[in-house]
Amino acid sequence: MLDIKNLQVRAEDKEILKGIDLHVDAGEVHAIMGPNGSGKSTLARVLAGHPEYQVTAGEITYEGQDLLDMDPDERAREGVFMAFQYPVEIAGVNNAYFLKAAVNAKRKHLGQPELDAIEFMQLVREKAKLLEIDQQMLSRAVNEGFSGGEKKRNEIFQMALLEPKLSILDETDSGLDIDALKIVANGVNALRSPDRAIIVVTHYQRLLNYIVPDYVHVLSAGRIVKSGGKELALELEEKGYGWIETGAEPVRA
Amino acid sequence: MSTSTETIEQLATREYKYGFYTDVETETIPKGLSEEIIRMISEKKQEPDWLLEWRLKAYRLWLTMKEPTWQNVKYDPINYQDIVYYSAPKKKKALNSLDEVDPEVKRTFDKLGIPLEEQKLLAGVAVDAVFDSVSVATTFREKLASVGIIFMSFSEAVREHPELVKKYLGSVVPYTDNFFATLNSAVFSDGSFVYIPKGVRCPMELSTYFRINAKDTGQFERTLIIADEGAYVSYLEGCTAPMRDENQLHAAVVELVAHDDATIKYSTIQNWYPGDKEGKGGIYNFVTKRGMCAGRGSKITWTQVETGSAITWKYPGCILQGDNSIGEFYSVATTNNWQQADTGTKMIHLGKNTRSTIVSKGISAGHGQNTYRGLVRVGKKAKNARNYSQCDSLLIGDKCGAHTFPYLEIRNTSARVEHEASTSKIGEDQIFYLRQRGLTLEDAVNMIVSGFCKEVFRELPMEFAVEAQKLLSVSLEGSVG
Repeated sequence: MLDIKNLQVRAEDKEILKGIDLHVDAGEVHAIMGPNGSGKSTLARVLAGHPEYQVTAGEITYEGQDLLDMDPDERAREGVFMAFQYPVEIAGVNNAYFLKAAVNAKRKHLGQPELDAIEFMQLVREKAKLLEIDQQMLSRAVNEGFSGGEKKRNEIFQMALLEPKLSILDETDSGLDIDALKIVANGVNALRSPDRAIIVVTHYQRLLNYIVPDYVHVLSAGRIVKSGGKELALELEEKGYGWIETGAEPVRA
Repeated sequence: MSTSTETIEQLATREYKYGFYTDVETETIPKGLSEEIIRMISEKKQEPDWLLEWRLKAYRLWLTMKEPTWQNVKYDPINYQDIVYYSAPKKKKALNSLDEVDPEVKRTFDKLGIPLEEQKLLAGVAVDAVFDSVSVATTFREKLASVGIIFMSFSEAVREHPELVKKYLGSVVPYTDNFFATLNSAVFSDGSFVYIPKGVRCPMELSTYFRINAKDTGQFERTLIIADEGAYVSYLEGCTAPMRDENQLHAAVVELVAHDDATIKYSTIQNWYPGDKEGKGGIYNFVTKRGMCAGRGSKITWTQVETGSAITWKYPGCILQGDNSIGEFYSVATTNNWQQADTGTKMIHLGKNTRSTIVSKGISAGHGQNTYRGLVRVGKKAKNARNYSQCDSLLIGDKCGAHTFPYLEIRNTSARVEHEASTSKIGEDQIFYLRQRGLTLEDAVNMIVSGFCKEVFRELPMEFAVEAQKLLSVSLEGSVG
């Protein structure tokens, strides 16, 4: 589904990613871990097409298409979704109105009929239960006045509505208490399926107790320095990132 | 992979949709301004002597006045002798019905989306159509007359209801008011006149559509709306003009009078030609609008969506004379490319327990300069006056500007006045967030902007809120990047 080859990225004049290789197949869950500043959020944002970054070398193929050649909204309509680390507030824009526009933008792109207000609310009710989203969160402006936990739940709620092929969760666990973490994890797990892939970017192993990955990659100073199975996360938790940064040789995943 | 700045810039190239010119035979007087010209205008309109005298008084005063320079806009001096003060499509004979409107003129309004046949109009909207200096048609007159409502062109009102015109003309905006209002008083040509009798709730939206067509012509219309005791009316004006390289002057005066418990809602969707991308051409929109809440419990609401004009200079205000009267001002003003706007309101609290609300949303893009200027004055006798003002500015790009000048003059200690202001930049992060959910760049910007303007749009009559939103998205097109 996703093939990243020798990806090198800079922001302004700083080199952030120094050659990333990563292969993700449908049905897989990959965790990207690493210390602060290692480049994991950059990787997530580059996949989504954030304009702040320049790709200086390498390529990304998504479902046989050149991902780097696509605008952010094109990527989204083709099934790439990113749950934001810091979801932005948009004053005056009703959350439900925004969600309906997003769902219909995608449906239109896929040649499906757009949902009317009633059909959309049915879909919302079905998905809202899963993430314990109440009516009141839908009628407020997008993320405005939402608590940290509500914002993150709203992100995963959007993911549930849009049913993306490739989901990228950018530090979705940061700032969540254990109950909220479980709700979010349930929402994500409900979307696991053989034709979807998920990339979980996280600093801590904690989330991976609930969203169990098939692969774990450790990012350090812009490179993947170690890859392994889910047990790698536990090992990291035990030994700390210092273990990776001092000892390990860069490897190709 | 950067959010293609080029794509954004390409979006900017859409042309002003209403910039066409209609070739009709016109009756035009020579350029320039003099007593002779004023007499000529008055004669063409077969006006009574008192009105001519009023015009001449204004003109003589105007000669002694200086054009204001305090506003935060820049333009080359206007040559008032280089303007045509009266231009009208020639009519073959007197009009008896709408069917007799010049077909070319009718087609013009059709093209603007304002069909003059009553059966084709939006249900529940009556229209007075003003083409250059004259009103060419007023729809639903008979229907409105059946409940005692007078809705006709100003010129007709002068002939048919001179007592009402004489009583109210200049009662809110005197001919001495300011440079442009005085000029208007001297040369005004046409406009709309509305009178809603006691206790009548106007059954439909009333609207005037202003079209400037002729070259070198200024438009100086005058609108007068009176709501008698307990009456209600919602009125809407719209405006467009052809694209020309020269600037054209539009100096209108609007006066509103609300008696006891009467309500007037006045909404404007202003879309005069804004000039081209280099700032060439466009309308100078120098307008004086004021409402008098004369009676107890009266209410006047100004709602404006200002997207056009090269320069906008207007401060629709309310004089809150009656006790418990209410004044409201809701405004969205956008300046894109090289447009400039200096707009706001004046709320003058004179009566007891008077309340005013001001919500101003300024959006600047391109090299646009957007100024909010507002005055809240609480007089000595205005016990328990309340004002709430909120001024928000949204900047798109880094070459534009937003300025806020609130003036407060409080002479009664029981007054409570609140002012809130904010300036924000439309965030790359907001746009990215919406695009990541599949919305196109255009849709993302529109969604953010209309969210920003929501408090104002919800004040517009429903049929026009949609229109205003569309207009806004066109006027800001291509401004991101």
